[in-house]
Amino acid sequence: MKKAAAVTGGPPAPAVGKTLDGELLLHIYRNIYATRRFELRCIELYRQGLIRGYLHPYLGEEAIAAGACAALRRNDYIVSTHRGHGHCISKGADLKRMMAEIMGKATGYCGGRGGSMHISSREDNNLGANGIVGGGIPIATGAAMGVTVKGTDQVVIAFFSDGASNNGVFAESLNLAGVFRLPIVYVLENNHYAVSTPVECSTGCCDLAGRGPAYGVPGICVDGNDAVEVYRETRRAVERARAGEGPTLIEAETYRHGGHHINDPGLYMDPQKLAEWKTRDPILLMRRAIADEARVAEVEKRVDYELEAAVEFGKNSPEPSVEEFLAAVSD
Amino acid sequence: MAELMYREALNRALFEEMERDPLVFIMGETIGERGGSYKVTEGLLKKFGPRRVVDTPIAEASFTGMAVGAALTGCRPIVEILFIDFAMLVMDQIVNQAAKYNFISGGQGRVPMVLRTQGGAGNGLAAQHSQSLEAFFYHVPGLKVVMPATPRDACGLLKSAIRDEDPVIFIEHKLLYMTQGEVPDGEVLVPLGKAEIKKPGRDLTLITYSRMTLICLEAAAALEKEGISVEVVDLRTLVPLDKETVLASARRTGKVIVVHEACRRGGVGGDIAAMIMEEAYDDLDGPVMRIAGRNTPVPYNLNIEKVCVPSVEDVIEGVLKVV
Repeated sequence: MKKAAAVTGGPPAPAVGKTLDGELLLHIYRNIYATRRFELRCIELYRQGLIRGYLHPYLGEEAIAAGACAALRRNDYIVSTHRGHGHCISKGADLKRMMAEIMGKATGYCGGRGGSMHISSREDNNLGANGIVGGGIPIATGAAMGVTVKGTDQVVIAFFSDGASNNGVFAESLNLAGVFRLPIVYVLENNHYAVSTPVECSTGCCDLAGRGPAYGVPGICVDGNDAVEVYRETRRAVERARAGEGPTLIEAETYRHGGHHINDPGLYMDPQKLAEWKTRDPILLMRRAIADEARVAEVEKRVDYELEAAVEFGKNSPEPSVEEFLAAVSD
Repeated sequence: MAELMYREALNRALFEEMERDPLVFIMGETIGERGGSYKVTEGLLKKFGPRRVVDTPIAEASFTGMAVGAALTGCRPIVEILFIDFAMLVMDQIVNQAAKYNFISGGQGRVPMVLRTQGGAGNGLAAQHSQSLEAFFYHVPGLKVVMPATPRDACGLLKSAIRDEDPVIFIEHKLLYMTQGEVPDGEVLVPLGKAEIKKPGRDLTLITYSRMTLICLEAAAALEKEGISVEVVDLRTLVPLDKETVLASARRTGKVIVVHEACRRGGVGGDIAAMIMEEAYDDLDGPVMRIAGRNTPVPYNLNIEKVCVPSVEDVIEGVLKVV
């Protein structure tokens, strides 16, 4: 870990209580566990040929989405990434419609047109995953501009990765959000790899949170495996944004448990480092924080049941109709 | 009926739409205080304030992407890209994001945004400020492409573009801003996807759009004196393409030339010509021809710039070869 909760630039944020409400902890745990189980199930289904295309697991990173989304209201917006199942689940998506979408079925969120890489759920104001690394950053920034024009007090979270932070739109968007003081929180998920390139080989300065102050955006680095810490710092940032005090950049440090996507064994990853990070698995940390085995087991049981129902729903759902699809295509 | 310049007609459309709908706002470089490089946004900042008339940093990709995001929250953003050449910086946001969103989300969200920009050669602005790049956008499913030739169409089409539920690429021409024409009083709305026969004729059809409409009309007037009756169809919007008007005219005259300023290779003229030959072959007296810009970057020197894009003489010569 580099540095915990070190704020650089900007005014001090309001304090958030040290002990969190037990229900909130369970809610966060539910989303971490659901994401983990959902993806492990997806990997099985993929191997059985029931899921195709690209699938980018979020294994090991679940605490970031779960912690950050817990700091939002239902009508706040998020913009997700190609590694987006955790964001989708944590923002409130229905596992059935998610599973159906990833299986390419007509009953999925996008009618089978999007798949894992483009999943969105507008009823949760999840504007969607994105197949272009960095592509969602300006969209999130624009959503923040949109709510400003409309005069609502909604806030936006942009999720993206260390890889995306080296794309031009990251710099442009942070600058734009800084100058217009937009109500947005940039959550940079530093999982240490841009596909296979380690973060220290892709930038001359690994202090990614430190890029914020260069644009007048406070930057902060948090332990991305600790959902409680992610929640606390995101909540501070969300409150600042809602109060009209502008954007924040949160770098959440984590480590991918596997390769870039389902068919990448990740042989380039350092096994020792991975083993170290696994001792700090978000699931373990959260179970420890809750310290109530019975309630944890209850949450897990409910998720397991929900998940199997989702798989059945996906399997039994119809394929999109080719005729209907072609009828809607204009020439 | 007011006599307005093209840029004034666009300005009127922006005023009217921003007044009508508080969710319409505009972003771009130097559009506020300065009123835009071609004065299209003059007066908007004073009237609507900095929240709705936003002077952006030089960050085309991101502020165009911001329009996508703002549109998804229910706003109707307009972005101005100073030159279509600079639109190359925003291709990810237009092609991969704006054009795809409604489709890949399974209809969960439309993207009602307008990207206003201007293209075309003239004034010696050289290779990076003179291009006609509409074919890039024409090629991408999910985008509408509008290229008005007259002040009335500029006003009426911009208003329709702003009200449209999908992303619209609205391409103006730098040499048209100072041209004048009549714009009716009251609300002027020109629907997207409707061509207009700017001059009826019997012997040959010129299919064109944007500034080449004026060139074709001038050529047609000269040919009329020689007893050659030329019909000029101004497409006004390339997507949706008004196939009905195009094919009806082609069938009537039996001879068609497509005229555009963009480079001939890969230009929309080739696609339109193919469409006409596929669908109206039996009614044609010969192949559909093209008169188009040369396949070269546009040079700075005015004499060599001039020969890169079709002139009135080029059109007359092209018509005489066919009739």
